[in-house]
Amino acid sequence: MGQTLIEKIIARASGKKAVSKGEIVFVSPHRILSHDNSAAIIEIFKKIGAKKVWDPERIFIALDHAVPPPDERKALNHKIIRNFVKEQGIKHFYDCGVGICHQVLPEYGHVVPGVVILGSDSHTTTHGALGAAGIPIGRTETASVWAIGKTWLKVPETIKIVLQGTLKEGVYAKDAILYVIGQVGADGANYKAMEFYGNIVEKMSISERMTICNLSAEMGAKAGMVPFDEVTKERLKRRVEGPYESLYADSDAAYEKVLEYDLSDLEPQVACPHKVDNVHRVKDLKKIKIDVAFLGTCTNGRLDDLKIASEIVEGKKIAPGVRLLVYPASRMVLIAALKMGYIEKLVEAGAEVAVPSCGPCLGAYGGILAPGEKCISSANRNFKGRMGCKEETGIFLASPVTVAASAIAGYITAEV
Amino acid sequence: MKFEGRVWIFKDDDINTDLIYPGKYIYEPLKEEEQARHAMEDYDFDFSDQARKHDIIITGKNFGCGSSREQAVTCLKYAGVDAIVAKSFARLFYRNAINSAVAVIECPEAVDEAFKLEAKQGSRLSDLKMKIDLSNGKISLALKEYLLKEYSFPSWDEQAMLIFKAGGLVEYTKQRL
Repeated sequence: MGQTLIEKIIARASGKKAVSKGEIVFVSPHRILSHDNSAAIIEIFKKIGAKKVWDPERIFIALDHAVPPPDERKALNHKIIRNFVKEQGIKHFYDCGVGICHQVLPEYGHVVPGVVILGSDSHTTTHGALGAAGIPIGRTETASVWAIGKTWLKVPETIKIVLQGTLKEGVYAKDAILYVIGQVGADGANYKAMEFYGNIVEKMSISERMTICNLSAEMGAKAGMVPFDEVTKERLKRRVEGPYESLYADSDAAYEKVLEYDLSDLEPQVACPHKVDNVHRVKDLKKIKIDVAFLGTCTNGRLDDLKIASEIVEGKKIAPGVRLLVYPASRMVLIAALKMGYIEKLVEAGAEVAVPSCGPCLGAYGGILAPGEKCISSANRNFKGRMGCKEETGIFLASPVTVAASAIAGYITAEV
Repeated sequence: MKFEGRVWIFKDDDINTDLIYPGKYIYEPLKEEEQARHAMEDYDFDFSDQARKHDIIITGKNFGCGSSREQAVTCLKYAGVDAIVAKSFARLFYRNAINSAVAVIECPEAVDEAFKLEAKQGSRLSDLKMKIDLSNGKISLALKEYLLKEYSFPSWDEQAMLIFKAGGLVEYTKQRL
């Protein structure tokens, strides 16, 4: 019996010839990622009694979750992290303003195909876009890996998702993956890996693949991956650290299940409050008035997202009373968007453009909702209270197109 | 490895980490009792006032889905919760719980029975009592002093048990420095 992609990646990361589902192995990650939560991880690291990190070259930290810090405590977190980075000689540290960890890690070439990336963030699955296994863990586990360089993993089963057909004009990767989430459910891939195939996926850019791998976390997946191909190869020519060897699933690999969807007739999708699998067609919604339109995050804050949104708002003004918040995913994205004129178009239309960071996605700063407000968002979670206030608020998740179109209309729409 | 306590019923599926411990607190280094005060804040505001040592939570499927935030586990622990029995747990929550030495038990049959006895959706402190024995994988559900039913649950992975028995991942790692 052949092996799935995650089986091959975990086998390599654990120094074994082959592994099979259910087996428990110890892996050492190619990179271990954390962000502002590194301050808490440092405290646990000290509680463990560790003195030196196991490998300062494999630890990656980007400050992104509270940037610039909105209060003294969060500023102090950053200071604690900077001091630790210096003291331990941690090589891959990206300070405030460089961008969101999941955007910066691949941008600076730290993700290569066929490796295990561990991350103290649930959206570490994003790195499957480059054929790696991005596996989320918690803070204590990250501190433990910093100290001893390895952790245990149970080899998961894999769900193979095949997206066939051709997406209609105005329908994007975000719509495709929201549709899949609606079908699979919020726990449909719990403990499992997902591999994405099909001609729709093959045509997707790395940015779009990042969107679908990012959102595999919302089905509970341990990792979501698009196998290495020509698109990956081209992207890695731009920037990659060192040589790499890609891995593929065997053609006779055993999958837990194979789900095939023809998305040729797919319409723009929206995940309605308060669950990510509460997915509907945008056109089936009643006229829902919005207060905030949020464009950004590790899910959809990249150059192609800003481009399409800027084209929609060009020469128009956002509806009275609506705030359009734009958080580019990284400094590189921001610079490119400035050069291309996307930012100017967005600002002209009335957008508030912020420093590259997570922004209001996690509800700690930078665009908290007031009681009763509704938000159309390009982010990844619509849980009750997620954007800082639970009193009669509602978050609707959709593509950057729907976010931009809704900001102009004042209600949720994908019509441009 | 035995637990016995009062039972909280959270009769819902997909209770996520934002409901358990809101995002606005995750970058505040709060003390144990402060974390406990925010436990379940956006799901059941009164929970933290009434929770006591050795309480047990019974809930639906995919408990703890969402973020990697570990406080979703530790706020419950500091509020007094020793064990959570669910139809299923989200992977990250499950791992974080083992790492913090909070017992997480998947036993849909016991949850179904408890849900049958508690008709209303949502959260409340029930009259049920629960006993859990990790060493033989048995759960018993009692009403007042009357034993209602016994259930078995599958044993944990050996590695999870090793970490749990060490008292959590901090202690486990200390022994391996």
